[in-house]
Amino acid sequence: MDLYAENILDHYRHPRNKGQGPLAKGQAVITHMEENLSCGDTVTIHLSIKDDCITEISWDGTGCAISQAAMSLLSEELQGKTLSEVESLTPQNVYDILGVPIGPRRVKCALLGLHVLKNTLRMKERKELQGWNETVGND
Amino acid sequence: MTLDISSVRRQFPVLRRSINGRPLVYLDSAATAQMPEAVCLAMARWNKEQKSNVHRGMHVLAEESTVAYEDARTAVQKFLNAAHPDEIIFTKGCTESINLVARSWGETHLQEGDAVVLSMLEHHSNVVPWLQLKDRKGSDVLWMDIDEDGMPKLDDLKKHLKTGRVKLVAITALSNVLGIAPDLKTIIAMAHDAGAWVLIDAAQAIAHMPIDVQDLDCDFLAFSGHKLYGPTGIGVLYGKRKLLEKMPPFLGGGMMIRSVTQEGFTPADLPGKFEAGTPPIAEAVGLAAAIEWMQQYSWEDIQAHEQELLRFAIDNLRLIPQLHVLGTDGKSQIINHKSPIVYGCLSFTLDSVHPHDLTEILGRQGIALRAGHHCCMPLHTKLGIPASTRLSVGIYNMKEEIDVCAQAIVDAQKKLHT
Repeated sequence: MDLYAENILDHYRHPRNKGQGPLAKGQAVITHMEENLSCGDTVTIHLSIKDDCITEISWDGTGCAISQAAMSLLSEELQGKTLSEVESLTPQNVYDILGVPIGPRRVKCALLGLHVLKNTLRMKERKELQGWNETVGND
Repeated sequence: MTLDISSVRRQFPVLRRSINGRPLVYLDSAATAQMPEAVCLAMARWNKEQKSNVHRGMHVLAEESTVAYEDARTAVQKFLNAAHPDEIIFTKGCTESINLVARSWGETHLQEGDAVVLSMLEHHSNVVPWLQLKDRKGSDVLWMDIDEDGMPKLDDLKKHLKTGRVKLVAITALSNVLGIAPDLKTIIAMAHDAGAWVLIDAAQAIAHMPIDVQDLDCDFLAFSGHKLYGPTGIGVLYGKRKLLEKMPPFLGGGMMIRSVTQEGFTPADLPGKFEAGTPPIAEAVGLAAAIEWMQQYSWEDIQAHEQELLRFAIDNLRLIPQLHVLGTDGKSQIINHKSPIVYGCLSFTLDSVHPHDLTEILGRQGIALRAGHHCCMPLHTKLGIPASTRLSVGIYNMKEEIDVCAQAIVDAQKKLHT
């Protein structure tokens, strides 16, 4: 299957939940940004959390079709998820959501969104941020 | 020999490859150039018939290997027109050559407050070793910005030299992003007038323009074999003998010593002093074969061919809407209307198409371009872009390949945005 499947291109051209800034309906918003230094791609996430549930997500970013589509697809999955559900998300879950074959060169593109997400939660809990090796699953 | 491209192409085995049913279009020679059959054969011959360590044995194979290795040094010396063979140090690559100077010369000759001048065009290999010295020794790194033509600003150099703190100017002979060649002779003369040495990073230039170290009067010059149609794993550091003689060894080990006692050691003479351990012998044989292979063609013919390719590429790529060739395009981040001559490569951006998507899509059609910051983050920051796509040419490329590439870029743009 083509990496640039119609579904991926659709999310790249028309990203969901993007560019609305930190929207909050009374809850605290956590914002965090990560960058893939090898290509300069960035994703910033704004999460509203209430009772350990994600009530709202918005994000911003620049980068390749894969990193941006992955974040867009992931953002759709996150609505209403509990924090422990988010914490247990794995790279494989992201690959499954993407539904296209991710080769070794594009792993970091595909997982940039997951990386930001995990570190947004760590920031919330004032834990040390995780490195790429942990996100990718090399640790 | 006249440069007949179809006969040149027949000598490169990899160019017979096809990828997903399409012929390989290799436009990434600035990253590494392909090797002609003659180089592969020379290395295979040494490996099959002569493999032996150099300098230490009295047997026939050791003798043959030593002769082959030292012949390679002489081949490089002549290629660069260095005054003496012992001014040629074999390393594992251009990066190691620059690090050798930073560690050996830098550690002993730079004091806190001294400065090294770099240009904004530099590759990380000619940036990081100097930043490491800055951390260790407290020496400064001063930058020459680039002007609207992409050329390092001589005014900046003049200003830095005036401080009296500059001990070295380390500068590329050819940008691996913009394909722009700084005016080395002027820069070297200015540096010498101010009492500073000059190191030239010739990683890119070595395959695209004749280099005469005596005519340039540079103090150090570094390059890698693999960008010169030779193998990976070998590089060269040229240094003026009087400078190399005063520098301490870089790595310690065999070959670099005259004598060792329990208390200490005496280093060997040049070039052995800087060649600790078993050197890359097969690679040296390959590098010599690559130089010999290249020298059957004239620089005039090579440059005329590559200029024609790059001119053709610039003219065609500029027709693509939303494509901006860096440094030669009025709309690009470097505003330039004079279109200076570029050598070896050009880079471009395509509005709303990420270089990684572009090169991935083209790659599947057998077209090899490179995407990213090309190990030049300071330059990309200066240009205000995170990444670019680079098209680089070698002696074996054809206009037809540029055409195929340009069409594929248009198709990729459509695929991503319609």
